[in-house]
Amino acid sequence: MLILECPCCGVMADETELSPGGEAHLKRFGPGSTDQEFEAYMFARKNPKGVHFERWRHAYGCGKWFLAARCTATLEVFGTYPAQVGAPPQDLQDKIKAKRPEWKGFQ
Amino acid sequence: MSNAVSALQGASFEGFVTVREIGPLGMISLRAKADVTGLEAAFAALGLTLPAHRQMTGTTDKGAGWMSPDEYLILVPYAEVASALASLGQSLEGQHHLAVDVSDARAIFRIEGAKAGQVVQKLGPIDVARLGPNELRRSRAAQVAAAIWVEGEGYTLVCFRSVAAYVMGILKASAANGAELG
Ligand SMILES: [Zn+2]
Repeated sequence: MLILECPCCGVMADETELSPGGEAHLKRFGPGSTDQEFEAYMFARKNPKGVHFERWRHAYGCGKWFLAARCTATLEVFGTYPAQVGAPPQDLQDKIKAKRPEWKGFQ
Repeated sequence: MSNAVSALQGASFEGFVTVREIGPLGMISLRAKADVTGLEAAFAALGLTLPAHRQMTGTTDKGAGWMSPDEYLILVPYAEVASALASLGQSLEGQHHLAVDVSDARAIFRIEGAKAGQVVQKLGPIDVARLGPNELRRSRAAQVAAAIWVEGEGYTLVCFRSVAAYVMGILKASAANGAELG
């Protein structure tokens, strides 16, 4: 059972209270972008084995979106953080790097 | 004008705990962030206290609950909703907010008895044993959204009116004699 702490309300929410929102930190390419950029924005996802950053919504709780860092292979949760950021907080990145030295870092 | 009735017209069930649908109860959904100017005064004008993060103040009959970082649930007697809305509009004039009467869009239940916590525990992921005395917990009851808080010897549960019969059904199953835990 995946349990994530919602940073908006502080509840330890199990996955049945949450809705998944796919990969986090996507950069939007809209009108004016090239076909390749738009296609990549729409369809290309990292889908890594290991450290991954995801969007989740506390659907049955406070209703807010937030972001989570976890390992797709072990399901270890590294942390959750508010959605209003362009990249994972540095202290979280440091924590992940300490636990997974082979991780190439956020890019 | 037709008479206001609650979703299940006060249905009740006696198992190892008592389940009652209560209401009609006045319910206002107030969307406003906690730092909105005059928010505390707006609650005070209604005779209520602004609830802190994930908390409930007052009682089911007249109280207020924290629903999310920008949403509160205000509970007042059914007949006082219009005046409460007017009061909120006056208190928060010019401030970014939205107050809507949701009394007839919701259903509300009481689950009462020494083992009432078991009935709630079986319906979803809430860790009932760790619920604080004034904590309002939004979660799910089986397949539908619900807000639950402790009050007296029991719990109050609020859900959407459209799923009131479903919620009564799962509460009955959970509270049936012989369905006690342990
Ligand atoms: Zn939440």
